[in-house]
Amino acid sequence: MSDATQHGAGQPATRSLHHLDARTKRRNASEKRFKALGIGAIGIGLAFLVILLVTIVSNGATAFQQTFVEVPVYLGAAKLDKKGNRDPEDLKKATTFTYKPLIEQSLLDAVEKSGATTDLAKAKDMKNLISASAASQVRDAVLADPSIIGTTVDFKILASSRVDSYLKGRVHRDEIAKDKNITVAQLDLVDQLRDAGIIHKGFNWAFIFGADASDSRAEQAGIGISMLGSFYMMLVVLVLALPIGVAASIYLEEFAPKNRITDLIEVNISNLAAVPSIVFGILGLAVFIQFAHLPQSAPLVGGLVLTLMTLPTIIISTRAALKAVPPSIRDAALGVGASKMQSVFHHVLPLAMPGILTGTIIGLAQALGETAPLLLIGMVGYIATNSPDGFLDGFVSPNSAMPAQIYEWAKRADPAFYERAWGGIIILLIFLLGMNIIAIILRRKFERRW
Amino acid sequence: MEDMSLTERAVTTDDIKITARNVQVHYGDTHAIKDVDVDILDKTVTAFIGPSGCGKSTFLRCLNRMNDTIDICRVEGDIKLDGEDIYDKRVDPVQLRAKVGMVFQKPNPFPKSIYDNVAYGPKIHGLTKNKAELDQVVEDSLRKAALWNEVKDRLHAPGTGLSGGQQQRLCIARAVATSPEVLLMDEPCSALDPIATAQVEELIDELRANFSVVIVTHSMQQAARVSQKTAFFHLGNLVEYDDTDKIFTNPSDSRTESYITGRIG
Repeated sequence: MSDATQHGAGQPATRSLHHLDARTKRRNASEKRFKALGIGAIGIGLAFLVILLVTIVSNGATAFQQTFVEVPVYLGAAKLDKKGNRDPEDLKKATTFTYKPLIEQSLLDAVEKSGATTDLAKAKDMKNLISASAASQVRDAVLADPSIIGTTVDFKILASSRVDSYLKGRVHRDEIAKDKNITVAQLDLVDQLRDAGIIHKGFNWAFIFGADASDSRAEQAGIGISMLGSFYMMLVVLVLALPIGVAASIYLEEFAPKNRITDLIEVNISNLAAVPSIVFGILGLAVFIQFAHLPQSAPLVGGLVLTLMTLPTIIISTRAALKAVPPSIRDAALGVGASKMQSVFHHVLPLAMPGILTGTIIGLAQALGETAPLLLIGMVGYIATNSPDGFLDGFVSPNSAMPAQIYEWAKRADPAFYERAWGGIIILLIFLLGMNIIAIILRRKFERRW
Repeated sequence: MEDMSLTERAVTTDDIKITARNVQVHYGDTHAIKDVDVDILDKTVTAFIGPSGCGKSTFLRCLNRMNDTIDICRVEGDIKLDGEDIYDKRVDPVQLRAKVGMVFQKPNPFPKSIYDNVAYGPKIHGLTKNKAELDQVVEDSLRKAALWNEVKDRLHAPGTGLSGGQQQRLCIARAVATSPEVLLMDEPCSALDPIATAQVEELIDELRANFSVVIVTHSMQQAARVSQKTAFFHLGNLVEYDDTDKIFTNPSDSRTESYITGRIG
């Protein structure tokens, strides 16, 4: 307003178009300032994005690498098969405690053979170098094929999380004085073994496909099973939220009379979209678990809770997409004698499809990253170690979800868990990126111009 | 008024297709149409003229119950199609609209192929038994809409890719495809250029052979060119309804005269 009133009365001082008057200059200057502000805002946003991505990748990339120890293990028959009959039932009686000294002794032999100079001369000194999972790995191999007893077999076993973290630069010599899990002498040995090629790094498939592990075996932990949990939840959300949400929006937008009740419903749906997700979690706990007695920690319940949370998002975006379809299309359909339903399903809905799909996928992506409601229905505390038996079992067998798993790892002390938390975030982000790309592709594909 | 060709304006039939008696339309508290009585003849082009907001489009939309889609709209009075009350409880507007087709102000083809646009009506009403019959209906309709020669090689191209005039003729073909008895046109040429307008007007004259056509128009010249009967609406009232010749040469109401001579409007 000030532009118009302050100088509006008089004629411009100069009439020449080659000379800018003061008002024009001021207007141009303020336009430039506004542009600069806009560019600045975008720049700051981008900078934060870059910082975020760099932090995530630099912290998490190492989770995809894992240190392994290549060691030939002599599977002495005297200890593993005392009766000498290779009967699987008898072999099972030998526990991992029987295997552990064998592996440690084999590693010590390998150390001596490699010519490494070290004061560590006892088999027990090797314990801290290898993962606690090594014994069960070797035992499983023996049980699967008893004929290897009595021979020497090359095993690629996991290094302990301390060794792994040391080689990745997360554990330093000067910090381990009070660490009872590793000693400086052991680290010296690790350096020599790495040079000898006995300890080396490889791609960590177990991180992507494996199950979570206990605090004492951080090196074994993977996100695979919680990925399955997330997958089952998304399936429940998709199957429930998409049809319910789209049906509700079509009814509200195209059929419902406009009156107090529909106004009230409309306001409520808009408000539901803003309700904190933990509220949905406590609702799920009260209704699905305590009232309906559905199993705790099950992806089915998680999916139901996330469905409640996603529904408003889908309804709002679907209604927006339906509103965006020009009314002339509805008139055209009604004009040739289509019923209301035919006009909606033959013409309006296909045109609204890109918007509906985009909204649905955005809603799913939101649900995929949601942690808070899962806290309340027990999907964070539970650590599933096995994949579900069969497809249907996956819905009800206790499981976790990717964001819950990340939260769980972030709480733990071992640096191997720390990097896994970041690595999990990378995987989660890849999923979200993938879903967004699918949304864009679908939108392009279904988009029609008129 | 020189460009109006007022020849051959004699009404060729006396069959009454639609009878409206004492029609009142309310939009909420607004009384949009007041006491309209009109008889629309078969095989005749009837034009509704009048200034903006006079209710001519509203009245047109009463004739195929398109006003039903507006929640606050209330229609009273009798409108009979071939002697049957179209606002009777037993009448399904869907069946009515198959008999009383409509063409809108802005060309609004479905974002589908030309073929699908025309075939949609016959398909949903089950008018054809097989593909060959449907093909025939599509061809006939496009011929009736004087569009066949222009699109016969690209029936499966999107209807939205046509020019404005072609799109409007496609919409006419679509309306014609369900074999309606009455064709309502709500300012069908207002979004078209003069050449496309001329084509559509020519088409309207041809359509008279098969249908009763009711056209709402802003252009008095157009009304004079295409119609045999003209109704002049003003402020929700039907001021005068007579042969087009008479309305434009010797109107009996002073308001009509003022409007066609440009003094009100």
